[in-house]
Amino acid sequence: MKLDRRKFLNTLLGVGGIGGIVAVLYPVFSFLIPPKSAEPKVNSVKAGLSSELPTNSAKIIKFGREPVILIKTEDNQLKALSAGCTHLDCIVQYKTDTKQILCACHNGIYDLNGRNVSGPPPRPLEQFDVKVIQDEIVITKQG
Amino acid sequence: MKKIFINLSIYAFPFFFLLSSVNAQKTAATGNRNSEEDQCYKCHKEIELLPADFLESDVHRHAALSCSSCHGGDPSSDDQEIAMSPKKGYVGVPKRKDIPKFCGKCHSNINIMRVYQPRIATDQVEQYYTSAHGKKLLAGDQNVAECASCHSAHSILPAKDPRSSVYALNVPNTCNKCHGNLEFMKNYKIPTNQLEEYSKSVHGIALLKNKDVSAPACNDCHGNHGATPPGVKSISHVCGTCHVTNYEYFNATKISKIFEQKGIHGCEQCHGNHSVQKPNDEMIGIGKESTCIECHTTGDSGYAVSQKIYSSLIHLKNKFDEANAKYLEVRQKGMNDIEIGFQLQDAKQALIQSRTLVHTFDSSRVSEKTVKGVEFSEKASALAQIEIDEYYTRRNGFALATLIFLVFIVALYFKIKDSEKKRS
Amino acid sequence: MIKNTGSKFIAWIDERYDLSPIRNLLQHKKVPAHKHSLWYYMGGVTLFLFLVQLFTGILLLLYYRPGEDSAYESVRFIITEVRFGWLIRNVHSWSANLLVFFAFVHMFSVFFSKAYEKPRELTWVTGFIILVFTLAFGFSGYLLPWNELAFFATKVGTDIVGVVPIIGEPLKTFLRGGEDVTGATLSRFFGIHVAILPAIFTVFLGLHLLFIQQQGMHEPDHFKNLPEEKKKYIPFFPDFALKDLLLWIVVFNLLIFLSLYFPWELGNKAEAFASAPAGIKPEWYFMFMFQSLKFLPAHILFLEGELVGVLFFGVAGFFWMIIPYIKIKNKPNWKIQPLTLIGIIVVAFIVIMTVVGYLI
Repeated sequence: MKLDRRKFLNTLLGVGGIGGIVAVLYPVFSFLIPPKSAEPKVNSVKAGLSSELPTNSAKIIKFGREPVILIKTEDNQLKALSAGCTHLDCIVQYKTDTKQILCACHNGIYDLNGRNVSGPPPRPLEQFDVKVIQDEIVITKQG
Repeated sequence: MKKIFINLSIYAFPFFFLLSSVNAQKTAATGNRNSEEDQCYKCHKEIELLPADFLESDVHRHAALSCSSCHGGDPSSDDQEIAMSPKKGYVGVPKRKDIPKFCGKCHSNINIMRVYQPRIATDQVEQYYTSAHGKKLLAGDQNVAECASCHSAHSILPAKDPRSSVYALNVPNTCNKCHGNLEFMKNYKIPTNQLEEYSKSVHGIALLKNKDVSAPACNDCHGNHGATPPGVKSISHVCGTCHVTNYEYFNATKISKIFEQKGIHGCEQCHGNHSVQKPNDEMIGIGKESTCIECHTTGDSGYAVSQKIYSSLIHLKNKFDEANAKYLEVRQKGMNDIEIGFQLQDAKQALIQSRTLVHTFDSSRVSEKTVKGVEFSEKASALAQIEIDEYYTRRNGFALATLIFLVFIVALYFKIKDSEKKRS
Repeated sequence: MIKNTGSKFIAWIDERYDLSPIRNLLQHKKVPAHKHSLWYYMGGVTLFLFLVQLFTGILLLLYYRPGEDSAYESVRFIITEVRFGWLIRNVHSWSANLLVFFAFVHMFSVFFSKAYEKPRELTWVTGFIILVFTLAFGFSGYLLPWNELAFFATKVGTDIVGVVPIIGEPLKTFLRGGEDVTGATLSRFFGIHVAILPAIFTVFLGLHLLFIQQQGMHEPDHFKNLPEEKKKYIPFFPDFALKDLLLWIVVFNLLIFLSLYFPWELGNKAEAFASAPAGIKPEWYFMFMFQSLKFLPAHILFLEGELVGVLFFGVAGFFWMIIPYIKIKNKPNWKIQPLTLIGIIVVAFIVIMTVVGYLI
């Protein structure tokens, strides 16, 4: 009987001990696994293949917390600008007919260098650097 | 001394155009005259009789123009009799009613002006005579503003220069010098509180308080040289130069035609003029602050539309606020908020757009947009809820871990008891 | 089988490095058992919390990036993106607070049981130095997330250093890495927190533990005066060690509980030019000093009030450190002995000022 009690206690101690160690090690090892986005601050972002973006078109890319508009102009130049309108922070769009950037909220218009041309926007759009590395578009923040 | 100038200028008037414009042209053509050789400046400085508002950095002086370029005379002679003789084209101080032409002898001549600024306009005088100021001046009113009233006479600076009286930030005060003067305005029967109202308006705060020079000053709506109050027809054009979409929407409505017929000012009717405030959602609908119910009453279709627009706007606004509150909670809890932020931005955009769409006075167009905004808000709310729930489900993991630790603790406790017993 | 291998391994080591001192210590070390035995565990808990700090701190280092525009972001990243990052960070914060708390409890229990008396003077002195470094750990670590509250608390904290005559200003500039609290301060505090302090701390902690093992547990007067046969002891190993372990696990569980249910908010990122938010408070263990400084008048005699306060705390701390060397005669007819009275006043002062600091 006494032996049983001791055995039982030892088993309990073993189970609890190993369980406890697992309970500690599991979070620790999970912590060590690199998360999806491997870096806390986004300084550059990959924006897909250059060949897949048609001429005279644009797309919106998420640059961390910030939306960025990536434009391929008629002469196949790539331009990246902050997509938040400087007026009330609506998302701007690329007008394929006039080759301008338009904010549909209040008809704010920017040129392809981000300069506010007409309408309410008080300031130009922030520019980002665009590089193409083996057809992969990489957008980086201007220092 | 000043009197003499004035007297002389009367003599000189007949020669005014003939000589002085030739003189100015000559100076402009021959270029810069060294101010040391300029006997007008030299002498007047010596006897301390430079004009009271004389500024060394005056744009004309900067371009090395002599006093004589405007006032005529011979700057190369140090003899007053010769230098300031009408024979030499001396005109002295122009009369108030002659000032526009006095300035215009150069400023209306593109051949002279393009030497200094190739892109400068030369229609200021022409414009001026279309303005309320100009018309009155022609009619013989000696009190109205002419060129020097706004630009000053001898401390003129380009409008880009922050020290200039016509720099965007300074324009409201420049206009207010006369327009804020009760005595002055009495004869014209116009109010004097425009600056006071303007400085409390959304434009005034942006310009005067936040120093945002892209905000409109007086001249951006009233024009500068052609200054005149915008008419019934032009007011929405004036506002529409910046508020393009609102203008387009409004102009396409039935209501704008009716306004026109009735002589009601477009934008101004609801938003006011100088004291225009940041609009809020209470301006539409059937509440106390609504501007719609100034004309519309229970039963008419406008009343019903206003109510519909209001309710869909407010519905979106509430949904957005709710989602935003959750978003802030997620941030505060330190959970992942990036995707929620994007959804929320779309929701905010829809809210802004539907507020603009109010100017179509078409409840179905507004609600089309608000429905989209509500979708975004609800999506953001749902995402936020997942994060908040996740925050709380962590507690289950904790419960499990605690259970395991508890087993260990209890076992350990009895183990210690056992070993104590064994010893004793 | 495992046991066999284990003892073989120990024998192998023993043959080469002579483990008898350790074996002796384990076999013969004993802990007095009396009604105040509970206080013996406080040092152990403090040590355990320090180990937790060490461990979680190293883990956080894998993701933390010092720097004005990466510190806040990386902490945010740790608690949002990294799996269990929230747990590790919160355990680190909570453990830091409990560590300071238990260090204080440990210190006062030693003080009131007069355990610092001969021959344990140096144990007390090293212990006091460890406490000061613990507070320095807390102060430097507080800034690292680079959030608003920490930013302004650091500003105020380093300002106080500046009032010390002669060395104050240079010291302040040295701590801040410049005239103001900037990104340079952050780099500096980071270096201090993860390299300089741990190095010094480990030395003093090592000495502190060595002294304790050398001299064994202190026996309070009422226990010492018992006749030999009435003195009860429990062996350090395994009984005391197991009890220590038990308590450690309880504290560990408490830590996780606190981290989960009362997480430390990250707040807003520090903006050097933003106006100070309302309710800037130092960490609670600096509160009593912060609050007393606030109560002082602007000028005392010809000196600045704040300066007097800082000097007072400096001198008081120094005397507290050398208390084993100060002889204060016992007064036989006093109900409470003078030293105990001083201790009570100090505790009361700290508690009252802290409470007042949070109420006002």
